[in-house]
Amino acid sequence: MKKLVLGFLVIAMWGACKSDSGNKMALPIFGSRRAVSKVVDGKTEVDTIYQTIPKFGFVNQYGDSITNKSLDGDIYVADFFFTTCPSICPIMARNMLKIYDTYKGDGNFKILSHTIDPKHDSVPVLKKYADKLGVTGNTWWFVQGKKEETYDIAEKNYLVAVKKDSTAAGGYVHAGYFVLVDKQKRIRGAYDGTDPKQVDQLIEDIKALKAEPDEAIVQ
Amino acid sequence: MIYRITAFIAVVFGVVIAVSCENDHTLEFKRYYSIGAEVYQTHCQNCHGINGQGLLALVPPLNDSTYLKNNKTSLACYVRSGLKDTIVINGKTFEDVMPANDLAPMQIAQVLTYVGNSFGNKIGTVTEEQVTANLAACK
Repeated sequence: MKKLVLGFLVIAMWGACKSDSGNKMALPIFGSRRAVSKVVDGKTEVDTIYQTIPKFGFVNQYGDSITNKSLDGDIYVADFFFTTCPSICPIMARNMLKIYDTYKGDGNFKILSHTIDPKHDSVPVLKKYADKLGVTGNTWWFVQGKKEETYDIAEKNYLVAVKKDSTAAGGYVHAGYFVLVDKQKRIRGAYDGTDPKQVDQLIEDIKALKAEPDEAIVQ
Repeated sequence: MIYRITAFIAVVFGVVIAVSCENDHTLEFKRYYSIGAEVYQTHCQNCHGINGQGLLALVPPLNDSTYLKNNKTSLACYVRSGLKDTIVINGKTFEDVMPANDLAPMQIAQVLTYVGNSFGNKIGTVTEEQVTANLAACK
């Protein structure tokens, strides 16, 4: 009898473990968070507010104005680059193309590549760069804006370290991260854009994110 | 009889020398080629790709054997000083700047031997002496 109980326990625990690992499929949510209480139908409920990408304003390779609103309801991948970068950018472009080719036909998916050298990377320069990569349509936007604003949103919001370092080849160094942002504008992952394995993982994670049920979209 | 033995020894000697010379030659090629592969990985692969395939219209591929042959004496200069001119590779025009590379003549010889005998190319060994001479004549 004891053995039977033990057996049941083992099966129950194994089952519990299984459903646990099932939950781990959900991607983590990065950034700071705070709890707010609100009154719903006379009851006080506590809600978690996650860090989201704030307002921004850039211009894309077509000369169109791109704001945070342009990405409402979209899952997107953000990165930081510059067109004359000789070191890791070609590898990042090669890897990003893989993501582009996988999801370019899907709605509600975008890629936002910010130049960190807006002085050189004007709208026509960005358009030419996009053309040379064979990028058309509105899935992959190459955007430029004020340098301080790009650096600011990179460091504070996309958790990406981009700092000017004039001693490095090309004048800049940057970390080469691909940052995954969900439809609620929350950071859900950061991947080394120079590592094909991590980029494959990102492609998988986008699929998982697409399968998540829609929640209220944060304004 | 003595004549025959002498002839035999001479032939054997000749074969031994020929084989060992060839071995020296292939050995030198292999040394250049394998170190060249490492130089390529560090300095060229990010842009030109693991298989020398380039990157669409942005970075030219390295498999245009005719271009390599026609520009053989300029290749060392391109590697060292970079390239600003528009070039035509496999019939396609490339206009982006290639950055300069701070490499020793020996390293340039090694990487040219690697590229020149990979990706379908076959230009043989590019020696350090050739590279030094070519670099002295850079425009």
